[in-house]
Amino acid sequence: MGAVISLVAVAGLALVAVIAVAVGDLRFLIGVVVPGIAFVVFVVGVACRVVRWGRAAVPFRIPTTCGQQRSLPWIRNEELDNPSGPLGAIGRMAGEVLLFRSLFRNHRVELSHGREKVSYVASKYLWAAAMAFHWSMLVILLRHFRFFLDRVPAWVELVQRWDGFFAVGVPVVYLTTVVFIAALLYLLLRRLVDAKLRAISLPTDYFALYLLLGIAASGVLMRHVEKVDIVQVKAAIAGWASLQAVTPAGVGGWYFVHVLLVSVLLAYLPFSKLLHAPGVFLSPTRNLANSNRRVRHVNPWNPPIVGRTYAEWEEEFHDKLKAAGYPLEKE
Amino acid sequence: MHDAAKIVGGLVLFAAVMTSPFWYNALTAAPAAVPALDPPPNGSKECVEPRAYMRANHMDLLNEWRDLVVRTGQRDYVSTTNGRAFDMSLSRTCLDCHSNKAEFCDRCHTFLAVNPPCWDCHVEPKEAP
Repeated sequence: MGAVISLVAVAGLALVAVIAVAVGDLRFLIGVVVPGIAFVVFVVGVACRVVRWGRAAVPFRIPTTCGQQRSLPWIRNEELDNPSGPLGAIGRMAGEVLLFRSLFRNHRVELSHGREKVSYVASKYLWAAAMAFHWSMLVILLRHFRFFLDRVPAWVELVQRWDGFFAVGVPVVYLTTVVFIAALLYLLLRRLVDAKLRAISLPTDYFALYLLLGIAASGVLMRHVEKVDIVQVKAAIAGWASLQAVTPAGVGGWYFVHVLLVSVLLAYLPFSKLLHAPGVFLSPTRNLANSNRRVRHVNPWNPPIVGRTYAEWEEEFHDKLKAAGYPLEKE
Repeated sequence: MHDAAKIVGGLVLFAAVMTSPFWYNALTAAPAAVPALDPPPNGSKECVEPRAYMRANHMDLLNEWRDLVVRTGQRDYVSTTNGRAFDMSLSRTCLDCHSNKAEFCDRCHTFLAVNPPCWDCHVEPKEAP
């Protein structure tokens, strides 16, 4: 059900863009104003979320430990899986952010019918698709800098050259385009095909996938099928990134579909599961060193401990103690 | 806020990366002007196909021409708009009007960081002195 709702939502958004441009002639609104608002919402929204997370108390180290902690010098410790200091924690975070290390440990529960036995099998497909998707999205994002930057720097051309290494077709079909769409389709089909996953998938899970697929599809259409006047596209985007409002002219409906979907993605990000992008950096089970035993951690909101010495106590009850015949230290 | 230095540092980095195109465009000396092409020097008024089509799809046409000429030896192209016949040749037909590569091809291609492989095989036209 969630799959259908989300599909309708994304298709509706695309339709809104088409109608707004074809009927209402709202090129300026969809091409300049909406992306501007979306961009501000994205940057400010992410910053607010991160600050909110940052205010949460960290009274104690709670890293998940998957290896031997540092203890006696002759016991070998696992620095990446049980970091003892900031360096290990940074290494662990790098593995997490760049290589999705904990997803690599993904296991699947399987019931083999013949043997009536439950088994846990290593499942790397999710990891592989996630890696393929995220890394190709980074490259695609970097490639798009040729539209945002007035004068295209050499590194963008380098990215383009290697991404189009196989020189298939004109304009060149980029490797990341193919990998991006294939990975997204796998991530979508995985939710649709497996009954267990279908049961736990929410509309928001599908919405992000459809949105990204819609962005990819409209982009591919503009580049390879219904080609647009790319000079006007760059004039509009580079103008936008120079804070000059240039109304996109003569670029066709797909451009506005692309721009509106990207704007929705940006504005949606700070309020959705896509916040895992900044969130991964603030996961306390990953970014903290396991120093619970070596370093004294004091709970920050503990009230100050007011001590009372024996001498003070004796002073207070001096007369009573004396009357009862107790031996007193101060006499 | 706990670990304020790290979190604020990360946020500043995030904002700097996200707004980098704005800074880059503001700080690079002169903005690249949107290329506007001059009419061909030989006074020709029409291309093999309409202008809007050529603007967006010329690479398809050139690719199709290359395949037909190289693989089948066919050299005649009949325009779908005015029915005129053209010789399928980059150097004889296209460059006949668009004789100045730097003024015609390169302006848009540089603007958009497009590096078509035309001149890997073809000899670049000599610019008139």
